[in-house]
Amino acid sequence: MPSNPEISPHRAAPANWTPDMPLVSIKDVHKSFGKLEVLRGVSLDVKKGEVVCIIGPSGSGKSTLIRCINGLNDIQKGSILVEGQEVNDPKLDKLALRKKVGIVFQQYNLFPHKTALENVMMAPVKVLKEPRREVEERARALIAKVRLSGKEDVYPGHLSGGQQQRVAIARSLAMRPDVMLFDEVTAALDPETVKEVLLTIKELAAEGMTCILVTHEMGFAREVADHVYFTDRGVIVEHGPPEELFTKAKDERTQRFLSQIF
Amino acid sequence: MKAPVKAFRIDVEAVSSFLPSRALRGWHGILLLALLLTSLAIATAHAQSGGGTGPQSPLATLIEWIPFILRGFLLNLGMSFLAMAIATVLGIGLGLLQLSRTRFLSVPAWLVTHLFRNSPWLVILFVVMLLVPFELQLPGGGTFVMSDWLKATFAFSLPVMANLSEIVRGAIVSIPKGQWESAESLAFTHGQTLRWIILPQCVKRAIPPWMNWYALLAMATPMASILGVREAVGNAQAAMEAAGARPELLVPFYLFLLLLFFAYIYPISIWTRMIERKYAVES
Repeated sequence: MPSNPEISPHRAAPANWTPDMPLVSIKDVHKSFGKLEVLRGVSLDVKKGEVVCIIGPSGSGKSTLIRCINGLNDIQKGSILVEGQEVNDPKLDKLALRKKVGIVFQQYNLFPHKTALENVMMAPVKVLKEPRREVEERARALIAKVRLSGKEDVYPGHLSGGQQQRVAIARSLAMRPDVMLFDEVTAALDPETVKEVLLTIKELAAEGMTCILVTHEMGFAREVADHVYFTDRGVIVEHGPPEELFTKAKDERTQRFLSQIF
Repeated sequence: MKAPVKAFRIDVEAVSSFLPSRALRGWHGILLLALLLTSLAIATAHAQSGGGTGPQSPLATLIEWIPFILRGFLLNLGMSFLAMAIATVLGIGLGLLQLSRTRFLSVPAWLVTHLFRNSPWLVILFVVMLLVPFELQLPGGGTFVMSDWLKATFAFSLPVMANLSEIVRGAIVSIPKGQWESAESLAFTHGQTLRWIILPQCVKRAIPPWMNWYALLAMATPMASILGVREAVGNAQAAMEAAGARPELLVPFYLFLLLLFFAYIYPISIWTRMIERKYAVES
């Protein structure tokens, strides 16, 4: 049987993309929910290994933007390239995209009927059809990495919010993504468990994982981010390295927002 | 005017403490079963001492016919098992179809569900009896005889199917949207999400109502007697006829049937409550 030329190996990036180009390239993205325009021409680039934080008031479109990157929300106009692959393409190979992009949600969304270990193993085993034993080894290592050794066989309902969120991070990492999206991952947590989740993300960033975070943790953004974007009402108001944005914000809206936070 | 208003208020705490703890206890069922057995024992003794002249006492007549009635009851059980199996398979399919994104599928599924949910079971029974042919021509050339009890079983499965369809639909809709989203972002396809993530979570939620509908179904099977199916009630009626159709037989025979069904159904309803409470505590 001749092989189908249209099916390419998932890992192969389009020929026109090289690692020195932006890993994620967002250009003039517009997104509406009905009449409500949530994103009004957003552009940003994220290089490989970079940690980018998106901050801004509630309803400024931060979460929507991050969800567009892995195709959970579709866009009306503009372009989102992940390793050169156009997300805004009806013929998008979703499996290939979702192997490259991991996402962690505010509400963890762990599968409650599966243990922590099973949560981490599920997608590689069921979707990627990788050998069980290999996946299990990797999953145990990931659970250790997020400092949850010993909790492998515990169901999500018996874990704290912070622990659940770290399982969710491990679950996402099990797909070996090239970029991780964090959608307000500490917003639903008790203050005392926020730290442990942020620590996990910090370690991940230190290892060179490309991270895009939507966050309200300004201290964390300042410490970890390479670049910070301030969004308001669907546009990027200003952006820059954290030291610059947090101390010398030029735009009056950024100043007002930061003064309310600090 | 204030006092009467207050009198009609429901004491929520009293209701909630009354329902699970006092109303449903395993020993109530055992007590009733014991009561039944004792009365039967007395009746047996009575029948044995009374023997000889004149017609048998009603209780003696009943005891004589109990094996015959119980044989009929086996058919009630068989019909209820088979109907539940059919209803479960069709109900799950129909529930999934109701949620289909294709209106061509979801609208008919919705219609069928609501048609059979909102019709009297007895009417459905008559319609099936009249519409389903006595013999089905099999594609292989043979014929399959649709006996009355089989038709009745199919008829009973329809309303249960429709109600299970709604239970399945409701259970799926009640799973938080985040489950779909996280599955989608882990590259699960729609079907994989349903198979591995959504439906397993629905099972737990659906088991208590599923058992409830089984109990209702088992209690409905005597309706088949109207159409001449020889299940417990049909057999009891035949037995009374054979024993001379004496009016004094009616009360003991029907009381026996009442207790017979109660002894079977009540433990199921206790079990359902237990599972319900267990899951409520877990989640």
